[in-house]
Amino acid sequence: MSLFEVKNITVAFGGVKALNDVSFGVDKGEIFTIIGPNGAGKSTLFNVISRIYEPSKGEIYFENQNISKTKPHNISKLGIARTFQNLELFENATVLQNLLLGRHIYKRTNILSEVFFTPSARKQEHEYRLKVEEVIDFLDLQHYRDTLINGLPYGVRKNVELARALCTDPKLLLLDEPSSGLTNEETIDLGFWIKDIQSLLGITIIMIEHDMSFVNKVSDRILALNYGKILASGLPEEIKNNADVKQAYMGE
Amino acid sequence: MRFIFKTKYSQDINIAKHNGDRFWYSLLILIMVALPLVLDDFYLGEISYICILSIAGIGLMILSGYTGLASLGHAAFLGVGAYTHAFLLTNEIPFYASIPIVIIVSFLVGAAIGIPILRLTGMYLAIATLALGFIAEHVFIKWEHFTGGNRGLPVPQPEFLGMSFYDSVFFYYVCLVFLIAAMFAAINILRSPTGRAFVAIRDSEIAAQSLGVNLGLYKALSFAISGAFTGLAGALLAHYIGYLAPDIFNIFLSLTLLLLIVVGGMGSLHGTVFGAIFVGFLPQLIAICRDYLPSSIGSQPGLEPMLFGLILVFFILYEPLGIYGRWMKIKLFFELFPTYKRQTFKKQKVFTKSDRV
Repeated sequence: MSLFEVKNITVAFGGVKALNDVSFGVDKGEIFTIIGPNGAGKSTLFNVISRIYEPSKGEIYFENQNISKTKPHNISKLGIARTFQNLELFENATVLQNLLLGRHIYKRTNILSEVFFTPSARKQEHEYRLKVEEVIDFLDLQHYRDTLINGLPYGVRKNVELARALCTDPKLLLLDEPSSGLTNEETIDLGFWIKDIQSLLGITIIMIEHDMSFVNKVSDRILALNYGKILASGLPEEIKNNADVKQAYMGE
Repeated sequence: MRFIFKTKYSQDINIAKHNGDRFWYSLLILIMVALPLVLDDFYLGEISYICILSIAGIGLMILSGYTGLASLGHAAFLGVGAYTHAFLLTNEIPFYASIPIVIIVSFLVGAAIGIPILRLTGMYLAIATLALGFIAEHVFIKWEHFTGGNRGLPVPQPEFLGMSFYDSVFFYYVCLVFLIAAMFAAINILRSPTGRAFVAIRDSEIAAQSLGVNLGLYKALSFAISGAFTGLAGALLAHYIGYLAPDIFNIFLSLTLLLLIVVGGMGSLHGTVFGAIFVGFLPQLIAICRDYLPSSIGSQPGLEPMLFGLILVFFILYEPLGIYGRWMKIKLFFELFPTYKRQTFKKQKVFTKSDRV
């Protein structure tokens, strides 16, 4: 049984079908990559999974539980974390505060204990920090703890966003174009990290990506979308040689 | 330049980050406590008023500066606090019981208004809160049983701890204690998960939501907390004014609060105090200036609102971070001297925001 399953998802914006009857399953521990030309519906798919868009039809299952009606802010409590294509960091906060927000779903304090900052509130901050420090060590962010996001270079920001997602202790991680805007070296580092997230932390990853050499290196399986429909899905080798995929990218 | 060697997580959690902080803030409190020795009643009254404005400013700062929600009708909460307090005191509820009730009532009013109103965003929210201010003013006029309507409501000045509120030294200390308490409460909220969630909502709603922040709940909570602080300020304001009339809580007071947080510096609690000092003394300053201006300008009744508006515009254009931001720049200039660069505070242009989600 798959960890995560999308069944017959259709998303229509007026007459345009951004996604048309898309179904696939992702197994536990897999790195599953979604590729496709611009406007193929990849980001729409992510936004449906994180419940920002309402699908017109179809269901999504996570750990055999139907999450098509879950509130958007409860998705992360189930263990699904995501990053965004164009970075959605809290820009006027420090890296540390951004990462601590990743622990928000584990909040136990109420407003009264926070106003008086009781020992339990302090203890909770320490617990949050312990996990955050693990992630900081994992992604080499030690230098940037107290820096405002505003003052960080793009590559580091991307890292911080990945770190913030990891801080939620997810079971499933959705990465929306993790390598876009990164230099070659940064992309290589990212490849290692993604492999590490899979093998050391045991997190399943669904990733949208354009850089094909990067995709072939890290993915276990690939799904190709075009105009909201599935073109092909399978192992990297199969996708590379698939005639439909070639046509979608390069024409006749 | 000061480098802090961190060896414990508590150092990031504590309010005072180093001994310098502890020294300067203790000194400030000592000076504030000693002020009645040197100042006469008039200036003590002014400073009490500034303390009250600061508390109200903290309320609006949490809502606008930290959660990023505009409010142009915050005088309504001052009114709710003031009338509730006066009503309770008139019914012989003692001062120490009345204040907590005021805080709870304003919190609930804030939540009750916040839940429907916060479905709006941006400009529409500003318009709705503007309307809220006018509606509140009318409620204060019409609900005569509770507010005395246009006749007004005298505020009883009960004895508290054996002292009278007519004593300006005692009133000054009451205001000061409440300001310090409010400051600590606000700092505590902002350094705990709820405060971080507010900042998250301000900077990116979509990311906050995907990290598990319930947008509706936290926005309403921010409105309620903001209401509670402002309501407390309203209760103290009732004592300061002595006689409540609905037209005190007009749009102009709301705009004064807005001016306060913008001039003080959006997104900083220091800013509320700087801003309160500024707007507290500004009418005095304008009154003095009137004497030196030609009478055709000096005797214009609209001079004050016009100057308020002008100052607001100038601050937004030339110093968006307010007085506190300017202070940070000056401090950094001396810390880095002679290597300070103007570019340090220049806001980076972000081009990727066009295509959000």
